[in-house]
Amino acid sequence: MKFLCLDCDDVMVFAERQIPGDGTLAAVFKCGSCKREMAMLTNPMETQLVSSMGVKIGGREVPAQPMELTRTSLQDGRGDAFALSEDIPLPSADPAAGGEAIIPDGAPTGRVVWTPDAVGRLERVPSFVRGMVKRIYTDWANERGVSEITPEIMDRARTELGLEGM
Amino acid sequence: MRRIRTYRDVTHDTGSGLLEQVVDQQRRLAERLSRVRSVVAVASGKGGVGKSAVTANLAAALAGRGLAVGAADADLNGPSLGRMLGVSGARLADRPSGVEPAQSPSGVRVISMEMLQEEEDAPVRWRQPGMGGFIWQSTLETGVLREFLGDVDWGALDVLLIDVPPGTDKIGRLLELVPALDQMLLVTTPSETARFVVSKSIRMAREAEVGTVALVSNMTGHTCPECGHVSDLFTGDGDKRLEKESGLPLWAQIPFDPRLGAATDLGTPFVITDPDADSSRAIFGLADRVAEHIGTRTAQSVERADA
Repeated sequence: MKFLCLDCDDVMVFAERQIPGDGTLAAVFKCGSCKREMAMLTNPMETQLVSSMGVKIGGREVPAQPMELTRTSLQDGRGDAFALSEDIPLPSADPAAGGEAIIPDGAPTGRVVWTPDAVGRLERVPSFVRGMVKRIYTDWANERGVSEITPEIMDRARTELGLEGM
Repeated sequence: MRRIRTYRDVTHDTGSGLLEQVVDQQRRLAERLSRVRSVVAVASGKGGVGKSAVTANLAAALAGRGLAVGAADADLNGPSLGRMLGVSGARLADRPSGVEPAQSPSGVRVISMEMLQEEEDAPVRWRQPGMGGFIWQSTLETGVLREFLGDVDWGALDVLLIDVPPGTDKIGRLLELVPALDQMLLVTTPSETARFVVSKSIRMAREAEVGTVALVSNMTGHTCPECGHVSDLFTGDGDKRLEKESGLPLWAQIPFDPRLGAATDLGTPFVITDPDADSSRAIFGLADRVAEHIGTRTAQSVERADA
């Protein structure tokens, strides 16, 4: 799929992706010559068609996780199907109780600290995909030198990565 | 009328990254399968001919011969291979490099959709926006199969068996993912209906230039446990006709034995519980033929390249 600016006869280049959270998607393309922008808006069915290919419009910010498409697409996945090799222990975090930040174990996630609030939010992610989601956030944080993952950071990453429902 | 440049006229990168991601998916799959000496599809086109039972027992027989064997259940909507190999409740180790398959008691590395499902009697359902599943479901299922083959850390394998669900379209889908398929075993029965359907799969395999295509006739006869008399389960000689008309080799004729079904229902392949039974012997013979042809496609490719 390509968009052509008819005035300039120049290809329009991807500029931005927004996921409002209702299954729709907005992808902005910009003319390289006149800088005019246009937004491609997809309905949920069209959005699903693209995501069924396991691709993201505009490219990926972090590499695809193993069996990412399967895990994000399967309804009623078995909660304990995946045993995380480098998983952080997920205690019953009570954000109101405060408490110290939880430092994840394991090499790839060892540099990032998850606050109890962030852990609590992660716990609300269905266990079938929780490990994968955690790894995506951690990779994102590591790549940007973010040392502490908070709910706000999760929001930022979610928006940037286009992680609908995560 | 003004002329608008066509898609092919516009060669400038759009930055959408879609094509690059698809290419990357194919690269990852090819890399993963590069550690597998032989990818073998167990298919038919016809349903109910015993593909999964043949796959499970063949996998166990090959593992029993000392080969490193993997088995992928491509039947996403009717998975049974995990149960037949005794790993349906197994947990899968999730590593950045890939998901480790379950290891069956018979030594086979297995992936099946049933391992991922919460409830045993739940049909496979995909998260969907409410309608239009007919538009994207096939794309999604192809992507899931790609992940089964490419995102599972199979390690180094001698053989990866793929249990292909009924329907020639499913064979086509697999061939698109794995164009360099080494062997395809087409399971049939003596029935005329099976012959009719499997002949379509033969044409598809030939057009795709699969390295080795062979027939396996299942449920060829039933031996009475009381008197030893062998009686036919199917009237007809569809399997023999198929062999003659197609010119394909018939690598095994597996007699019907209710104990085979009973054993696999319990998660233990019959070739393990009763290796001396006629049907087990036939499957061991099939395993020998498969083992003989491991790597032959690679060798043929090298020979062609040398020539």
